[in-house]
Amino acid sequence: MTNHVEVNQLRVDVGPLESPKTIVHDVSFTLKRGEVLALIGESGSGKTTIALSLLGYARPGCRLSSGAVNVGNDNMLALNEKQLADLRGRKVAYVAQSAAAAFNPSRRIMDQVIESALMHGVLNREQAKVKAVDLFKQLALPEPDTIGARYPHEVSGGQLQRLMAAMALICEPELVIFDEPTTALDVTTQVEVLKAFKAAVKAYNTTAVYVSHDLAVVAQMADRILVLQHGKVMENNVTSQILNHAEHPYTRQLLSAVQDSDAFQDNPKHDTVLEVANIEAGYGKILRDGSVEIPVLSDISLKVRQGQTVGIIGESGSGKSTFARVIAGLLPAAKGYMLLNGKELKPAIDERSKAECQHIQMVFQNADTALNPAHKVGDILGRPLTFFHGLTGRARAERVAELLELVKLPADLAHRKCGALSGGQKQRINLARALAAEPTVILCDEVTSALDTVVAAAILELLKELQQKLNIAIVFISHDISTVKSLCDEVVVLYKGKKVEHASGKAFRAGPYHPYTELLVSSVPTLDPLWLDTKPDGHEQPTVRIAQNDALCRFRNRCSVSILGQCDSLPPPEHKLPEDKRILCHKDMAL
Amino acid sequence: MKVILRLIAQRIGVSLITLLIVSAVVFFIANLLPGDAAQEMLGQSATPEAVAELREAYGLNDPPPVRYAKWLGGLLTGDAGVSLANDRPVDALIGERLRKSLLLAGFTAVLAVPFAMVLGIVSAMYSGSRIDKAVNIFTLSMVAVPEFLLATILVLIFAVELNWLPSLSYIPRDATAYDYFRAFAMPVVTLCIVLSAQMARLTRAAVVEQLSQPYVEMALLKGATLSRAVLRHALPNAVGPIVNAIALSLSYLLGGVVIVEVIFNYPGVASLMVDAVTNRDMPLLQACAMLFCVGYLILVLIADISAIVANPKLRKGG
Repeated sequence: MTNHVEVNQLRVDVGPLESPKTIVHDVSFTLKRGEVLALIGESGSGKTTIALSLLGYARPGCRLSSGAVNVGNDNMLALNEKQLADLRGRKVAYVAQSAAAAFNPSRRIMDQVIESALMHGVLNREQAKVKAVDLFKQLALPEPDTIGARYPHEVSGGQLQRLMAAMALICEPELVIFDEPTTALDVTTQVEVLKAFKAAVKAYNTTAVYVSHDLAVVAQMADRILVLQHGKVMENNVTSQILNHAEHPYTRQLLSAVQDSDAFQDNPKHDTVLEVANIEAGYGKILRDGSVEIPVLSDISLKVRQGQTVGIIGESGSGKSTFARVIAGLLPAAKGYMLLNGKELKPAIDERSKAECQHIQMVFQNADTALNPAHKVGDILGRPLTFFHGLTGRARAERVAELLELVKLPADLAHRKCGALSGGQKQRINLARALAAEPTVILCDEVTSALDTVVAAAILELLKELQQKLNIAIVFISHDISTVKSLCDEVVVLYKGKKVEHASGKAFRAGPYHPYTELLVSSVPTLDPLWLDTKPDGHEQPTVRIAQNDALCRFRNRCSVSILGQCDSLPPPEHKLPEDKRILCHKDMAL
Repeated sequence: MKVILRLIAQRIGVSLITLLIVSAVVFFIANLLPGDAAQEMLGQSATPEAVAELREAYGLNDPPPVRYAKWLGGLLTGDAGVSLANDRPVDALIGERLRKSLLLAGFTAVLAVPFAMVLGIVSAMYSGSRIDKAVNIFTLSMVAVPEFLLATILVLIFAVELNWLPSLSYIPRDATAYDYFRAFAMPVVTLCIVLSAQMARLTRAAVVEQLSQPYVEMALLKGATLSRAVLRHALPNAVGPIVNAIALSLSYLLGGVVIVEVIFNYPGVASLMVDAVTNRDMPLLQACAMLFCVGYLILVLIADISAIVANPKLRKGG
């Protein structure tokens, strides 16, 4: 069998023609029809750039300077724009990273899904619609006959990602490019989407290129893996070879970042610094009985101890970020109370004193948007120093240098603008900014989710070190269960605003789990290539909003062990297990 | 649909409140103008007795809140009062001028809006290219040049030097299409250039913003041509800001054309308002100001509604 895709000595440059900077260095690889190749590497490794070159496309500012990209009989680099437009979508199709952004918000889904078939004249409108509905069924989308009439904002992220796959497959292309298609999804959704992709690729005997930074995900999808770093090929081999007998040190580093997650140490118990009791919060109007119109959190209590980390875990929509906003006072709680060092803490931030604000600092998820790119690092760190501690001039500059040293950045970074830093550096600055106030508690909201595996591991390492050095308490909010497992002294699992499990770190790792936690744990892909195929089909996440005053178990519709007659009629009891582990479920876990 | 109607009702309510506030502001600011109508009408040599008598006759001696209440009551019952300067009802005065003003504004809008759209969209599509740079230089310099300078230059060239067009914009009673063309050519061109420069810049900004969105890249990678990606994908999402830009520019046509009307001696509402200021003709001045405000609010309302209709999230969400 001859090769279907051949990339030969591909070089991609950016910047002015006279002094170009090369971002992809003479990359070559081949693919046979029906094979799935994974391009793996950190951001900046050129993996998306290479994938896009298979469509003859370069992002603005980039140039496909030399080499050849053959798909079938066409050299994508030798074609003009008109010829390329004719091939794109018909012969080679693309599934983008964030379906939420890649769907046009103002047009109906069906129009967008069938657009390429109509443009290329492959099918007429009626045929295309029938074909689209078939694809929706194949991709296990709910309500396949009517989902196309909706707008993109009316379906969930996981559904949108599958709809985008339908959009790519509508013309039955020879080659599909998947560009990090599950990075923005929850683990439980990711499993469903991966399964759908895998089945569809197989059904059409499509050649596929799968771009990702997550080795475990790639292990499920790919026949071959190409490891990239700084635009160069590090290693190219069949999946099993890469996973079991990696040759290049960089590949091994990637592998170890996935495997290494059980380096946990118990911190000694200290005094409670922050106590949160029976918090209820949400959005919308305050009702007569003091509750809110759209409740997000109900009856959440926990204690945060000095020098310890409390992990809050849940899928998107579980209310975990809302919880951080409640503690920070950005969203005042409707009911319940909070104590900071034993004294009452007002719910709203504008009612709190300066000292109280100083004690609770927030590290936002996305350092790119949380830090003003036009401000200098020194000013960003200096502002809380002046505001909380009245430092100015020399003293302030010295303290900025100390803070930079604390987060392991060179002191001369103080004069650089934030926009010029890398993602990992920005997240360190973000952390240093919170530390500048000398807080008692820091709230970390998904601080590693926007980072590459290796960089994220370094940030977590730093967090542990800082905690030991400064004895601060951390509330660590994440959807990544393995990170929480390895980092936290206490774990709270939230589902739709309700605490379903609460345990010490040690007890949490030992199991047993609440059925929801169980689902989360088992949804994290492992490096075993057969992992995905052995997963049972899960339950589609219902998009209905929870009913008010609903005391029943909120997980019952998705639960695999729900007990008929109990779960749908009685509120779940709280089971106490050894080591003060508490689980909200009808099923007795101790049995 | 229900959501849209509710939104429109809300907006209209807010507009009425805005109008009430504006009426108060207009009234009290107009009353801050130095001098008074009686003095102005009777001239320098008038005896103080005659002035006092006239003031009494026009009710100018009442305290301002009383006069405001009377005026507002009149407005609500459709009576804008009587012009102090020439004793005719204000509605009649404005009525005949308004028709002419709307004619000028209409011609200008019909030409300027499509011109600006094309200019903005083309320069956004080829942003960074020579076309884009040329358009940028043109629009920037036109935004920077005040319209009286532009108008004067046009008059110098076409009326004084070439003698092709009349320098005054006069429409005879039995005007032919050619007469209309001659009369309108220069005022309309002046206004068009100034307006379309602004609109083109705002349109370009709105479209460029959308072109950087991932869904446009997606459309290209589905095999759409650049013009299809722009017209079918990017443009519908840029409608909100573009319609707002158009509304703002057109509202300028209603009130801000004073200078152009004065230079070409065009008998529109704006020049009427200028006369009202010189004559201290408060009822006329206030009525003109209110009229411009209503026009502005209507345009903004239309812009808001189109933005809502173009956005399915707002349309359904409410």
